Amino acid sequence: MLTNPMFLSMTILNGISIGMVIFVIAAGLTLILGVLRVLNFAHGAFFMLGGYVGWQVAEVWLDGVPGALWIAAIAAGLVLAVLALIIERTMLKHLYGREEYYQLLFTFALVLLINDAVKVIWGTDILTIAHPDSLRGAMDLGITFYPKYRLFLCAVGIVVAVLLWLLVSKTRWGRLTRAARMDREMLSALGVRVSLVYASVFVLGAMLAGIGGALAAADRSLYPGMDADIIVRTFIVVIIGGLGSLWGAFLGALILGLITAFGTVLVPEFELVLIYLMMIAILMFRPWGLLGREEAR
Amino acid sequence: MLTIRDLGVNFSGFWALKDVDLDVSEKSRHAIIGPNGAGKSTLFNAITGYLKPTTGRVNLDGQDITGRPPHELVKSGLGRSFQRVNVFQDLTVFENIQAALLAHHSRAYDLFTPGARLYRAEAEAILEQVGLKDEANRVAATLAYGKQKQLEFALSLASEPKILLLDEPTAGMSPRETSEILDLIVRIQEAQGFTLLFTEHDMEFVFAIAETLTVLVQGRPLATGAPADVRDDPEVQRVYLGGHASGGKDAA
Amino acid sequence: MSPAIEARNAALVAIGAAAIFAAIPMFFGDFAVYLGAEILIYILFALAFNLMLGQGGLVSFGHAAYFAISGYALAILLTTYSWPFWPAFIAAIVLAGIAALVIGYFCIRLTAIYFAMLTLAFSQLVWAIAFKWDDVTGGDEGFIGVAVPVWLVEPSSFYYFALGTVLVAGTLLWVITHSAFGRVLRATKENPQRAEFLGLNVRRVRLVTFVISGTFTGIAGALFTLFNRSVFVESAWWTKSAEVLIMSILGGVGSFFGPALGAAVLILLDRAITEFTQYWPTVLGIILILVLFFLPDGLIGLFRRKRAEDGDELGDADPAPSRTPAE
Repeated sequence: MLTNPMFLSMTILNGISIGMVIFVIAAGLTLILGVLRVLNFAHGAFFMLGGYVGWQVAEVWLDGVPGALWIAAIAAGLVLAVLALIIERTMLKHLYGREEYYQLLFTFALVLLINDAVKVIWGTDILTIAHPDSLRGAMDLGITFYPKYRLFLCAVGIVVAVLLWLLVSKTRWGRLTRAARMDREMLSALGVRVSLVYASVFVLGAMLAGIGGALAAADRSLYPGMDADIIVRTFIVVIIGGLGSLWGAFLGALILGLITAFGTVLVPEFELVLIYLMMIAILMFRPWGLLGREEAR
Repeated sequence: MLTIRDLGVNFSGFWALKDVDLDVSEKSRHAIIGPNGAGKSTLFNAITGYLKPTTGRVNLDGQDITGRPPHELVKSGLGRSFQRVNVFQDLTVFENIQAALLAHHSRAYDLFTPGARLYRAEAEAILEQVGLKDEANRVAATLAYGKQKQLEFALSLASEPKILLLDEPTAGMSPRETSEILDLIVRIQEAQGFTLLFTEHDMEFVFAIAETLTVLVQGRPLATGAPADVRDDPEVQRVYLGGHASGGKDAA
Repeated sequence: MSPAIEARNAALVAIGAAAIFAAIPMFFGDFAVYLGAEILIYILFALAFNLMLGQGGLVSFGHAAYFAISGYALAILLTTYSWPFWPAFIAAIVLAGIAALVIGYFCIRLTAIYFAMLTLAFSQLVWAIAFKWDDVTGGDEGFIGVAVPVWLVEPSSFYYFALGTVLVAGTLLWVITHSAFGRVLRATKENPQRAEFLGLNVRRVRLVTFVISGTFTGIAGALFTLFNRSVFVESAWWTKSAEVLIMSILGGVGSFFGPALGAAVLILLDRAITEFTQYWPTVLGIILILVLFFLPDGLIGLFRRKRAEDGDELGDADPAPSRTPAE
């Protein structure tokens, strides 16, 4: 099958588009992990919630309005940002500095609550968002036709990567987050409200997950509990890429996407097993991930 | 006993240590001194397996120990204590020592013998020796700073080292505590006959107990020899010791 | 507390609890027997889990894997391959231990957060295999109709078998926790760096812990198969791993018996609340948040604090969880 150039290039593009969606989630997760040292189990649930909010806006409130999906994506980002801000300010911030499992279980509690909330509000049926008119259909790439919307998702991933990189490496805010990774005391000595840096990172990460969730919902389906599969794949991306590394997450997401795409073609039932084999192989040689550094002992 | 040849540590282009040759002879007290940032801690970390040296070898009793993990170094007779207090804060003083003894006597994988019953006499003997007998049942975190340093030292003794590396054993101590722990260290070192390699900022202390002195400046050894010779070395005078030398003279 | 008194107290607690459990079938009906058996199984699961968390400071978020591996293995060996009971029971538990060895080998090389992520990832792999491999595991439908030996079919006979097994396994865990190994394990939890400089191979100590914990979790998983006479793919799902972690925290990770108490309380709450609402996860989420913020030492911590106020116990003024020494 894969000797067919059309099929091969479609599989590669599938891999990239899967990878780029995961990257948008992984980027937020790895940012939060690097700066706050909090493993956010709810990040997949944020993504899922973003999808549902997007569906509500695009398919219910603005059904038939041109550009509804774009408004829906912005709305999903905003809702998640506000939710994240409330969660961080009222609860999460009181758990910093406790042993890891406190934060871990707190974010797991959010997973439980968000999943039930989704069931109550939207039910358990599978939902989808329609593609926007401008991105309907396929594009002729010479070798193959490929759905425009998936090409768009690839572009989103790349844009997010570049923007985040600029934000972290070129702005004052980025310098502060990098300093927060190194030494929290030093940061507060500089007169910076460390807690605001933390809150902004958490909000940004959640917002990315929300926007990503809404945009991805036009390509895949929504159902309660989808977050578990997403979070595990995101964890794998962060593990193989290297903890807290943006480009590591990008690389990891591409690898994961490609293996998923090829795995689905070659060993349809067990593509996930293939992903784990890849992860084990990488961990054998680079326990701290492809672009990760060993943690100080 | 401990021989170091051509040891170098490179941190992304910067040589924190370079061309370090060092011979520590058996049962001696050998001090490493140098200004802040001279690479003393880096040297200790490179010897004790925390940092992988970029160049060079470390030999202990003819055995190559370069880059070996700490637990293997301890088994081959190298002990280390830390600059910051580094004990098991939530265990009692007695349990601290007991854990060290269990590790030393390879009982770590004994799943069935009650841990509390093992090596009680040995633990008591060590506590007696370092003067922590009265504190045996206190939780380590509740001890005064000086006592915690004593405990730290006692932990290192439990593994019966052939050579003990002490990183600034008197850091943060009051003058009285300093002289107490010094007495203790020298007394036990002489009684047990192990080799002592230490870093120290207190020159009085260095000249009082060191038999050999190495001056480290910018990651490179500047001079090694008897304290008096090193002190009178004009190069050392110029670069480092300066005003401290007179203080050392009084003590020596 | 001197070790001898501590051992005596622990024995009293265990004998008291065992007597209560033993009395249940004599005074109550089948429903209580089922509930009691389930609680017993989860007590063992939580005790096995807490060897890692409470003693070793290792946060596993994937213990469902060993529970499920042993559960499926027992079902398959008994039913598909018609093995006799004891070889199948032992093989299933050993298999869980081997899985813990292989998975642990990768996980223990990483610290804290990374460790939790990786344990979760591996347990989801176990789930995915159980889910997809329906020829062998029954997939989504579950493995139904396990060939349970005749002498375990009667609810009360299974119940006493479970009680005996949990007592033996619990005693072993208590012995291990208080052994030389247990001491050393606590040292590696508190200060791995210093522990290395006592000559301890911290990674190896952690791997051994992982294997012991996985093996005892396997015993609980095997019992669960006999209890349900079927295995469902949910036993490998990540919420199962979270549940045992929640049980431990609810009861108190700093004490040996805390997780057992947490297991009993959480199961009773689950049964009571699912009578009224299908939204048990929401209730669980709220309980979890309350425990995290208001009961950092768990339920056992409440007793301790009470005793400290009454002046029975000295010290322990600092309620921070990391400061609570294990019993």
